[in-house]
Amino acid sequence: MRILTVIKQVPDSNATIRVAADGKGIDPAGLKLVCDPFDEFGVELAIQLREKRGDIEEIVVICVGGEKAGEAIRTALAMGADRAIHLNDPKFESTNELSAAWTMAEAVKKDARGFDLTVCGKYNIDMDGGAIGPALAEYLDLPHVGAVTGLEFAADGKSFTARRRIEGAEEVVTCDLPALLTIEKGLVEPRYPSLPNLMKAKKKPVSVITAAEVPDVGASIAGTDLVKLTPPPPRPDCKFVEGEPEQMARELVRLLREEAKAV
Amino acid sequence: MQGLDPSDLFRVRELLSDDERQVQETVARFVDERVLPIIGEAFEHDRFPRELIPEIASLGLLGCNIQGYDCAGLNNVCYGLVCQELERGDSGLRSFVSVQGSLCMHPIASMGSEEQKRRWLPAMARGEKLGCFGLTEPDGGSDPGNMKTIAKRDGGDWIINGAKMWITNGDLADLAIVWTMTDDGIRGFIVEKGMPGFTTREIKRKFSLRASVTSELFFENVRVPDANRLPRGEGLGAPLSCLTQARYGISWGVVGSAIACYREALAYAKQRVLFGRPLSHTQTIQRRLADMSRRITTAQLLALQLGRLKDAGNMHHAQVSMAKWNNCRMALDVARDARDLLGAAGITVECCPIRHMLNLESVITYEGTETIHELIVGRELTGVAAF
Ligand SMILES: Cc1cc2nc3c(=O)[nH]c(=O)nc-3n(C[C@H](O)[C@H](O)[C@H](O)COP(=O)(O)OP(=O)(O)OC[C@H]3O[C@@H](n4cnc5c(N)ncnc54)[C@H](O)[C@@H]3O)c2cc1C
Repeated sequence: MRILTVIKQVPDSNATIRVAADGKGIDPAGLKLVCDPFDEFGVELAIQLREKRGDIEEIVVICVGGEKAGEAIRTALAMGADRAIHLNDPKFESTNELSAAWTMAEAVKKDARGFDLTVCGKYNIDMDGGAIGPALAEYLDLPHVGAVTGLEFAADGKSFTARRRIEGAEEVVTCDLPALLTIEKGLVEPRYPSLPNLMKAKKKPVSVITAAEVPDVGASIAGTDLVKLTPPPPRPDCKFVEGEPEQMARELVRLLREEAKAV
Repeated sequence: MQGLDPSDLFRVRELLSDDERQVQETVARFVDERVLPIIGEAFEHDRFPRELIPEIASLGLLGCNIQGYDCAGLNNVCYGLVCQELERGDSGLRSFVSVQGSLCMHPIASMGSEEQKRRWLPAMARGEKLGCFGLTEPDGGSDPGNMKTIAKRDGGDWIINGAKMWITNGDLADLAIVWTMTDDGIRGFIVEKGMPGFTTREIKRKFSLRASVTSELFFENVRVPDANRLPRGEGLGAPLSCLTQARYGISWGVVGSAIACYREALAYAKQRVLFGRPLSHTQTIQRRLADMSRRITTAQLLALQLGRLKDAGNMHHAQVSMAKWNNCRMALDVARDARDLLGAAGITVECCPIRHMLNLESVITYEGTETIHELIVGRELTGVAAF
């Protein structure tokens, strides 16, 4: 079985985001970037499958992103992936999900053997988008199971049963390979790459693909344009209600009703 | 022009290689996710968080700058960064790793026999065997040359008598690197847990390094085979060379404590409103924060240059003394000032400065007190030993 895992480099969830001067991007100064934690679930799943089964031929990571995204790729290689495809060209749009999925699909199609299983995170924490997985499945003409929380392969390894939580119930679906999964939190717990593996990861092959090899479609495919990023409005001042408990309760209700119009 | 990162004003990170940065980030993540959520509680309850050992080992942090024998074989700057990140969590955790790597695995790797290396190093790197380092005695740690623990030859064995005091990891350890006086001068031995006459007792009622085990070691006619003697562990220089390794790591480590305290103080000053404005808008608070930032930055640069010298094979022990002295003093001062800046909130372990501040009282004392390091630098400058 050959597994493809999609990763994206995103700002760390604890990082303070500052909008860049042009209002269209994020100020990179001191910004800590990491491999998206949801995508790490995909990498971990692939490695766990290899540890459980004898027939995983290859685990390949694919990533659209600039030079710095090489760090996220290295993390995935250090965790246990075998090689990587790095789509690195300023023309590639890593923030526009449809465009990024298109680019990846074009690169994947160059490999005639294709992949039996493609995995990625349920969504990316940076833009809160969830389109990469479904779009990639569409462009590669694969069935797609989203937000998987449980996974079991058939004895012959050619199909699987997946569980997904939906509003008020759990859905159980079966699907034949090849297929694409997006992973929900809780399916696996990603490991830390060990320091020796981080060093070894440097020697694993990374094929860098530019717009010369894969046609870029730019933002056109999405039909939308990023106009502006603005920071969230500052939080309004906190109001303290003082006095005896009864007075405070009465005043609180009055404020909720008259000022906040919440009740 | 790019804005400045308040945690790295001089972009010291840019002086690191990609490898070094990735090592730092990996360990930082481990500390954020696994250590910080539990360490306040561990400190409060006087508990070494033993449960972290398997993950520390599988990350490859134990003896990570040793080559071969299943060790990670990283450079010394990487090892320094590991110490810095661990100590940003807690000095107790960094002490555990320093003792295992620099004080126990290092002497086995550099002074041990091939058989000793094969027997102990891989198991120690995996965290399956833990070590402690016994040099200090009840009667005066600053003067180890006058140690009273003795080893006497008895046929093919040695008989050890004496006691060691303030020994990190003592009660956890499967092996102790023990320094003794013999008829031929100082010799080092690997004393194994369970050897008859070798006992340990944990030192309680500490107000510092509470998330770390500190013990007394007792030796009563302990028979140790000559095969457990470190063949090249001879003379006072042998244990001192181990201390040089550990002190090197401490010079980096304490920068981590200081960063943790400074970040908490900075965040607090921005959000605490007094007299109608955030604390951070007042001149004296800004001066104090600026001073913390200045001192952390200079300590980082000192540690990094020390690391580059060590990686080039040019590090002098007096340089290590100056870095240990400067950086411990810096970290302790920053921690105390951050503690003060937090007001009453600063006296609980809910906030990190008091924990770091108390820990640093040990760190500035062990591995050579501040005075001893000043005297080592003084001796280097004047050519005269004043101690
Ligand atoms: C938590 C903790 C963990 C430790 N872990 C270990 C360990 O794992 N292994 C180990 O071997 N040891 C360990 N130590 C011991 C540590 O190294 C010693 O405490 C240290 O070397 C100081 O020795 P001392 O406590 O005997 O102080 P002393 O040597 O008695 O010094 C007392 C004071 O006198 C000053 N002084 C000493 N000599 C002079 C001089 N000539 N001129 C002027 N002033 C002087 C010192 O600076 C100090 O202020 C640990 C200590 C602590 C607190």
